[in-house]
Amino acid sequence: MQIARVVGTVVSTQKHRKFESAKLLLVQPLNADDTPRGGTLLAVDGVGAGIHEKVLVVLEGRAAGEALGRKGAPVDAAIIGIIDTVTIDE
Amino acid sequence: MQLAKVIGDVVTSCKDENLTGIKLLIVQPLNADRQASGRPIVAVDAVGAGVGEHVFFVRGKEASFPFYPVEPPVDAGIVGIVDHWDTD
Repeated sequence: MQIARVVGTVVSTQKHRKFESAKLLLVQPLNADDTPRGGTLLAVDGVGAGIHEKVLVVLEGRAAGEALGRKGAPVDAAIIGIIDTVTIDE
Repeated sequence: MQLAKVIGDVVTSCKDENLTGIKLLIVQPLNADRQASGRPIVAVDAVGAGVGEHVFFVRGKEASFPFYPVEPPVDAGIVGIVDHWDTD
């Protein structure tokens, strides 16, 4: 999984039927020091996350489909948790 | 998934039989600030997208799911057309 910050929302009318009623959020993966890492990704929201929140993102198809609660959904990223704190020793 | 802009299409006559009837488009992945992110790739189209539109696409085996029970050998597929997006 990856730690990321929610940076935006996406609206799409014409999409694959397995996305119906799913919330799509733009997330920016973060390094351990909270700096951005790589490009922005689009993830389905399985936990009710909102903009600016730090979240846990799974980047794998099967897990993302399960987070969405739909088998066979063409997804590869899902938000599976809202992060309260991260502690790194050393 | 990633945001992208459709910038072209690909025509191929000799191909895997499971690709028959499937549209191939060239997409430029985008960041949230609409800047290009990495190089363009070829993606199959599952939603009727066209050149110039903003879309989102999925990477990996899941790109073939919209064509079930056919399983085209693909690794990227457009699964939605984006109306608009908002960032902070």
